[in-house]
Amino acid sequence: MNYQYLLLLADNPLILGHRLSELCGHGPTLETDIALTNIALDLFGQVRNYCQYAAELHGEGKTEDQVAFLRYEHEYRNVLLTEQPNHDFAWVIGRQYLFDAYHLPLLTQLSDSKDSRLAGIAMKSIKEVRYHHRFSSEWVKRLGGGTEESHQRMQAAMDQLWSYTGELFLETEDEKAMKEAGVGADYGKMRPHFDADVQQVFHEAGLVIPEGPWHRTIGKNGVHSENLGYILADLQYMQRTYPNMEW
Amino acid sequence: MVNQASQPFGMGDPAEKEKVKAILSTVCDPEIPVLSVEDLGVIRGIEVSGNQVSIQLTPTYSGCPAMDTISDDIKSALKSAGYEPKIEMVLSPAWSTDWISQDGRKKMEAYGIAPPLEPLPDKLALLHDQKVVKCTRCGSKNTRLISQFGSTACKALFQCDDCHEPFDYFKCLK
Repeated sequence: MNYQYLLLLADNPLILGHRLSELCGHGPTLETDIALTNIALDLFGQVRNYCQYAAELHGEGKTEDQVAFLRYEHEYRNVLLTEQPNHDFAWVIGRQYLFDAYHLPLLTQLSDSKDSRLAGIAMKSIKEVRYHHRFSSEWVKRLGGGTEESHQRMQAAMDQLWSYTGELFLETEDEKAMKEAGVGADYGKMRPHFDADVQQVFHEAGLVIPEGPWHRTIGKNGVHSENLGYILADLQYMQRTYPNMEW
Repeated sequence: MVNQASQPFGMGDPAEKEKVKAILSTVCDPEIPVLSVEDLGVIRGIEVSGNQVSIQLTPTYSGCPAMDTISDDIKSALKSAGYEPKIEMVLSPAWSTDWISQDGRKKMEAYGIAPPLEPLPDKLALLHDQKVVKCTRCGSKNTRLISQFGSTACKALFQCDDCHEPFDYFKCLK
C-alpha cells in the first residue's frame, strides 16, 4: 500500500464532508439539513478508516488526526470538485451527485482490492454511499423536473460543476502504480459506470449533459483553487491552536 | 484459575465465553438504549484466556459516534467484572442489519423504532412512497416518509397517517 494513495482516497470525503458540515443549521429544510450532515458524518467515518490506515503505514507515532489535520495545502490530494464552495441547493446537490456517481464505482472496484484492509473499508463504505447516491440522484431529478426556476438552477449548477469532473478520471503516478499492483482502482473500467449513471439521471431529470472543456488544474497533485486555503483555515484551526487536542 | 496462556489464540473455555456474553448483554447502545451490543450484532468475536478478554467489535456505520462510547462501555463493564479487556475494531465483513437479533428487532419496535425491512420493500418505502413500513404505535401501514435521513445515520423518519404519530425507521443496510 502506498501512503499517498490512501491520502488520495481520504481527502475527497474529508473536504466534501467539510463543505457539507458547513451547511449544518443552514439547509433549505430541516430534512435536507439532516440528510446533508448525515452524509458528512458517513464521509468522516470513512476518512477515519483511511487515516488510521495511513497513520499506521507511516509509523513513527503518526496519528489519524495528524494525517487529517496537519498537512499543508499542497499536500492535500482532493479533487477540485470537492472544494467548491456551497452556493444554492441545486449546486450542493449537483456537486454531491457528481461525486456519488464517481464514488460508487470507485468503492465497487476497491472492494476487490488485493489489499484486504482497503477492501474491507470499501465494502463498509459502499453500503453508506448507496444511500448518498439515492438521495442526491433523486434530488437532481426532482429539481431538474420541478419548476422552471429549479430546472434552470440545476442545469446552471451542472454546467459549472461539469468542468471539474474531468479530473476525477485523470490518473496520477500513485494511482497508476496502485492500479498495476491490483490494489487501486482502474479508471478505464470505472468510467463507463459513471457515464451510464450520468446519462440515466440527466435524462430522467430533463437536463443536458454539458460538454468540456475541463479544468486543467489538478487537486490530486496538490494544485488547488484558493478555496482550499479557506477550508483548511477552518478545518485545522483547533489542531494548530491546541496541538494534539482530543475530544 | 487454570493458566491458559499456552493455548493458541482463538481457543477458550465455552463456559468462560458465556460469562463474558452475559456481561456484554448488559452493555447497551447509547442511542437505542433498549438494545444490547449483542442484540445489535456488533460483537464479531470473543476470546477468553484467563482474565484476558479480547473482543472484536464492528461499527454499524463508519461515522457512528456511538461506537467509541460502546467500546468504552464494554471495557468498563468487563473491567468491573475483573477482566482485562482488549477491543479490536474490525470492518470486514461489513455489518448488516441482518445481524440484529430477532429479540433485538422486537425490543426496537416496542421502543418506537420500526425494524429494518428487506432491501426491496426498504427501497419502495424510501424512494417510491409505498406504504410498507408499519407504524410502531398503532400498527397501521398507512405511513409516509418524512425524511430519508433521521436523528442518527441508521434511521429514517416516518409519520403514521392514521394515528399521526411520527416514528423512526431503522434503514436496511446489506
